[in-house]
Amino acid sequence: MFDFLNRYDLLGAFWVTVQLTFYSAVGALVWGTVLAAMRVSPVPLMRGFGTAYVNTIRNIPLTVIIVFTSLGLFQTLGVTLGAGSFKTIDFRLAVLGLITYTSAFVCEALRSGINTVPIGQTEAARALGLTFPQTLRLIVLPQAFRSVVGPLANVLIALTKNTTVAAAIGVAEAAALMREMIENEAQLLLISAVFAFGFSCLTLPTGLVLGWLSKKVSVRR
Amino acid sequence: MKLRKVTVAAAAALVLSVTAAGCGSSGGGGGGTSGSTSGSTSGGTSGKKITVGIKFDQPGIGLKTPDGTYTGFDVDVATYVAKQLGHQPGDIVWKEAKSADREALLQRGDVDFVAASYSITPARSEKVDFAGPYLLAHQDVLIRADDDSIKKPEDLNNKKLCSVTGSTSAQNVKTRIAPNAQLQEYGGYSECLTGLENKVIDALTTDDSILAGYAAQAEFKGKFKLGGFKLSNENYGIGVMKGSDLKAKINTALEKMVQDGSWDAFVKKNFGPAGYHNEPAPKIGVIVS
Repeated sequence: MFDFLNRYDLLGAFWVTVQLTFYSAVGALVWGTVLAAMRVSPVPLMRGFGTAYVNTIRNIPLTVIIVFTSLGLFQTLGVTLGAGSFKTIDFRLAVLGLITYTSAFVCEALRSGINTVPIGQTEAARALGLTFPQTLRLIVLPQAFRSVVGPLANVLIALTKNTTVAAAIGVAEAAALMREMIENEAQLLLISAVFAFGFSCLTLPTGLVLGWLSKKVSVRR
Repeated sequence: MKLRKVTVAAAAALVLSVTAAGCGSSGGGGGGTSGSTSGSTSGGTSGKKITVGIKFDQPGIGLKTPDGTYTGFDVDVATYVAKQLGHQPGDIVWKEAKSADREALLQRGDVDFVAASYSITPARSEKVDFAGPYLLAHQDVLIRADDDSIKKPEDLNNKKLCSVTGSTSAQNVKTRIAPNAQLQEYGGYSECLTGLENKVIDALTTDDSILAGYAAQAEFKGKFKLGGFKLSNENYGIGVMKGSDLKAKINTALEKMVQDGSWDAFVKKNFGPAGYHNEPAPKIGVIVS
């Protein structure tokens, strides 16, 4: 029943999915943290930018963002992100699109974490003469991160599944291979089940490990 | 007060879920009705509905126009076949048959037959029966009208090609036609056409019938041309449920369509403007591999 699987490079396709997830997660964590810092900063311009970014990006469908990176940035504006072949360009554009989208959700998760830090902590930091960046970096963010491991795990799982949208611009990840197999084998249900199982193998451990971590590092108040 | 809010929320959720379930079951009911239609089709009574699966998004093959009508070669063929089976054009219910859904639609009985650029392949023949073929298409390339650098298939090897993610055409490029070419895969042909216009992509490759349909569209007229390479053989058949007696009836209808000249008229009407050189009408049951 599953003998046709031998003809396809299933592991290779899922490896591309893992790579997409990894680079996008790292990028989204960094850019999302910067956005969250902007949204709580005392500078109105930065607050305004952060708010506008999050409210715009999280309301645009991911497919639109990903297709725009290829049709708008690459085809029309000629942005290649330093890559030469279609394969690398597509991959980097997909990572860029996923970072742009996911960082809005990372930002909001992190901001909710910042709100769990008691106001007295910030006041004490200011009384000690720490500047805003110092307060954020040394006092607020470390506590905020510890309380949002759970919500961030949700974002990471959603990101893993969202990488399938990259097939729309030709990144050879799991969903692209799934389309190829359905085209050749005429076995819609069986092939879908195989890929659903593959994604569960990626996301279930993520959820379990990060769930355990979130309990371990949470700040008891 | 708080309790009341919860009750209201629960009631709203309940109403929503019931409505959703209602929609779901009515969809299922629709499937059931068309299933029973297929039973009555075998009787050949006129005035009964017949459900046909076609492509909604391929100009020249099967296209749903903004005003709700359907055009294309597959649509013309399906209308002719339905008429031979005893159904007037007004009794045809068109249903979208995306490439991945075609076997499932037939196996569940959601449609009576599928005419949707459906190439006959051994893997598909295990799941469904095919009437026809009614068109022999070939994989070909669409290039810019002023591009003289692609004259033979070998010229494709250092070019930038485009096709739809996971499609047979895309796989053919990678495995045998031009393994050294760069291949961009997109979700649809429209994205490839934008790239072709922007000169980011040199050639769009898929079945020549589909390419001819795109090139014949008003907004692209004169911009693109077909390469005329026969890179593969695609035998378009009409898919029916496995073991259905419709197969023989559709084959008879297709033979009649070729004999009375309707086939030539359909080809001219749908592919004519693109300078497409069609193959002669295929013989029923003869699959060119």
